[in-house]
Amino acid sequence: MNVDLSQFHAVFFEESFEGLDIMEQGLLNLDLDAGDEEAINTIFRAAHSIKGGAGTFGFAAISEFTHDMETLLDEMRSGRRAVTRASVDLLLEATDVLREMLIAAQGGDTHDQDKVTSTKTRIKTLLSTNGATIQISSEGVPSPGQNSAGQGWHIRFHPEPHLLKTGNDPVRLFRELASLGELEIRADASQLPSLETLDPEQCYLKWELELKGEVTEPEIREVFAWVEDDCLLEIAPIAGGDEPSPVIPSPIEPGPVEETTAPATQAPEGEGERRTGSERRKAANPAEGSSIRVNIDKIDALINVVGELVITQSMLNQFGENSDIDKFDELREGLAQLARNTREIQEAVLGIRMLPISFSFNRFPRLVRDLSAKMGKKVELRLSGEQTELDKTVLEKIGDPLVHLVRNSLDHGIETPEKRLAAGKPETGMLHLNAYHEGGNIVIEIRDDGAGLNKVKILDRAKERGLVREGEELSDEQIHDLIFQPGFSTAEVVSDVSGRGVGMDVVRRNIHDLGGMVEIRSKEGEGSTFTIRLPLTLAILDGQLVRVGEQIYVIPLVNIIESIQVNTQNLCPVAGKSELYRLRDDYLPILRLRRIFNINGEDIPLEQGLLVIVEGDGQKIGLFVDELLGQQQVVIKSLETNYKRIAGLSGATILGSGAVSLILDVSGLVALTRYPPGETRQAWLENLQRQAA
Amino acid sequence: MASILAVDDSASMRQMVSFTLKGAGYEVIQAVDGQDALSKAASAKADLVLTDVNMPKMDGITLVRELRKLPNYKFTPILMLTTESQAEKKTEGKAAGATGWMVKPFNPDQLLATIKKVLG
Repeated sequence: MNVDLSQFHAVFFEESFEGLDIMEQGLLNLDLDAGDEEAINTIFRAAHSIKGGAGTFGFAAISEFTHDMETLLDEMRSGRRAVTRASVDLLLEATDVLREMLIAAQGGDTHDQDKVTSTKTRIKTLLSTNGATIQISSEGVPSPGQNSAGQGWHIRFHPEPHLLKTGNDPVRLFRELASLGELEIRADASQLPSLETLDPEQCYLKWELELKGEVTEPEIREVFAWVEDDCLLEIAPIAGGDEPSPVIPSPIEPGPVEETTAPATQAPEGEGERRTGSERRKAANPAEGSSIRVNIDKIDALINVVGELVITQSMLNQFGENSDIDKFDELREGLAQLARNTREIQEAVLGIRMLPISFSFNRFPRLVRDLSAKMGKKVELRLSGEQTELDKTVLEKIGDPLVHLVRNSLDHGIETPEKRLAAGKPETGMLHLNAYHEGGNIVIEIRDDGAGLNKVKILDRAKERGLVREGEELSDEQIHDLIFQPGFSTAEVVSDVSGRGVGMDVVRRNIHDLGGMVEIRSKEGEGSTFTIRLPLTLAILDGQLVRVGEQIYVIPLVNIIESIQVNTQNLCPVAGKSELYRLRDDYLPILRLRRIFNINGEDIPLEQGLLVIVEGDGQKIGLFVDELLGQQQVVIKSLETNYKRIAGLSGATILGSGAVSLILDVSGLVALTRYPPGETRQAWLENLQRQAA
Repeated sequence: MASILAVDDSASMRQMVSFTLKGAGYEVIQAVDGQDALSKAASAKADLVLTDVNMPKMDGITLVRELRKLPNYKFTPILMLTTESQAEKKTEGKAAGATGWMVKPFNPDQLLATIKKVLG
């Protein structure tokens, strides 16, 4: 049978990475003094599964590498080796190497052999030195004679009465032997009791067999491999002549009967122990829920279908409102029901995609442990709200920004123990990651009790970079916000921990791309809190409907700051097509949607329309629309898959009326407020402002 | 055709085993650990059980012992999937009532050969 094993690779990698996470988590939480047997067992099991899978699916190097880790873990769990800090560190390091090997194998690349060899050597050294006090005896199978007896073999097979209860059928053994050569079977039924006393579950027969042909003894032993402990087995070459040869005692011949029955009497005891073991396991980990692995494509399809349902419901709803209400009481009731059901289905289906944020948080104990050690800082990491759920896609994309913020807090936020003591703070710094739901959003906080943002330093740097003019008055918030500017960094020493000042703007952009936002609260000497707000899902968004001519557009509510009526006094027409609007102390470019999207009809005078102030990529612009309509949740349909990608639009949706409405991509629109090439946006804006003034 | 209860906590192993066996015409019941297997065994009689040893909730050896207590599984062949490094598990499994074992890693051909050997 030809089975293409590569079809199972994706699942193998997925579960191996999960296994790695379990190992890493387990190793980090391992209490060195308590000798937690079950914790080590769990780590061992994960390693064991990776090894088994790797071997099966053709990743020999991974299997071999994991084997040594497994051996070390096995010695630990059986109590033959003490669980020391050093060995846990080595295992953690090995987990990293293993992860790299898996990533390389997944991408079809080669791994860093030197690193692998070095780690492997260190594990082997550990295994061989203060290692196991008890050596595992290798399988006690002595090398049997390799010679094949030209004449054939005489086999004496006297099974124990309980043989059948192990599911082994002598007929199967004979069938296999017969496939090796010419088999002659003689059954000895002398032990067969009378019918009254016969126990049909027992085996009373004994057999003498003669197997002729070119067969080796190991081949025969292989056939009996599963039953060799449950029988008396003698194999001897047939000597010349027909006389049965003297029987050669087999080296693996089991001892007398007492010995073979011994395991049977031991079994119940062992069972008792095992039970209590599993009970303990259950008690220790009550929250362990079962999980499903569902193909994301299927779920996306399901979400789409439910989206249609939402649209249908919305259509029906309109019908209900426009009809003679007195006659349609029941219809209205039914509609209400449909609305409720639809919402429930939608919530349930979206829930399938939701994963607890612990998937993302789990990497931080390790990260914080390693980084703080590297930087000589003492940091206590607190995680809370790990069970808060969010969309899988959001979860995957928020990982990197979170890592960046945590690194930043460790690097720039929390001080060294000396500085902390000098400032009258506890030596150990606190880093708190917290997640919770708030009004349809998920909020993630990264809070440290470090030095806080240094406003003076930030302002100096901002002036140096021309982001702030001399003498300009900025609020604390505005100053804090400066660190999100591209290329901004106040780090005096560029460390390899938190990058080179190219991070925070990327962090903010990533979060914005997810439809979220990030805020800073910071107090010098007391610490900083970064608050990230994200939508629960990317499939649905809260939108503001706006009308431009005949067209209705959706603006994501998260981007909208405010909507204002145009006061012509604040209009600043400038050179070219650009228009600026003075809003308090800020000058905002005005974008007329009618012009951007080439909508038929004349622009209405500015003072008759509305300016929707939106923010994207940290820049504010004013979108000029004819009218604000209602706010509603819309199901996002991809424009790319159904039509093509268009600048300034992120997708489309279908309204209750059945009309298609386009969803604005605010960041894309901000980018459309073009400025001449070679000039920075900041310089361009300043230039415009000067002209306006 | 004979039905086989395949027990493994590793999804990739389960898929491989199940795909191979189904391809050879066997009916396959999958279970993710010993407990799952035990409840599935109670509702459907399998002609052969193939079980991993290291599993959460209930390991393979306990599963063998529990299965042997069920009237329907007294004589059913039960094969354990062990690794070379776990020689002691074979003995332990045998004592619990396992029929035999297969050593991991194995390829689909080896798996089918063993199953055919047992089921005839």
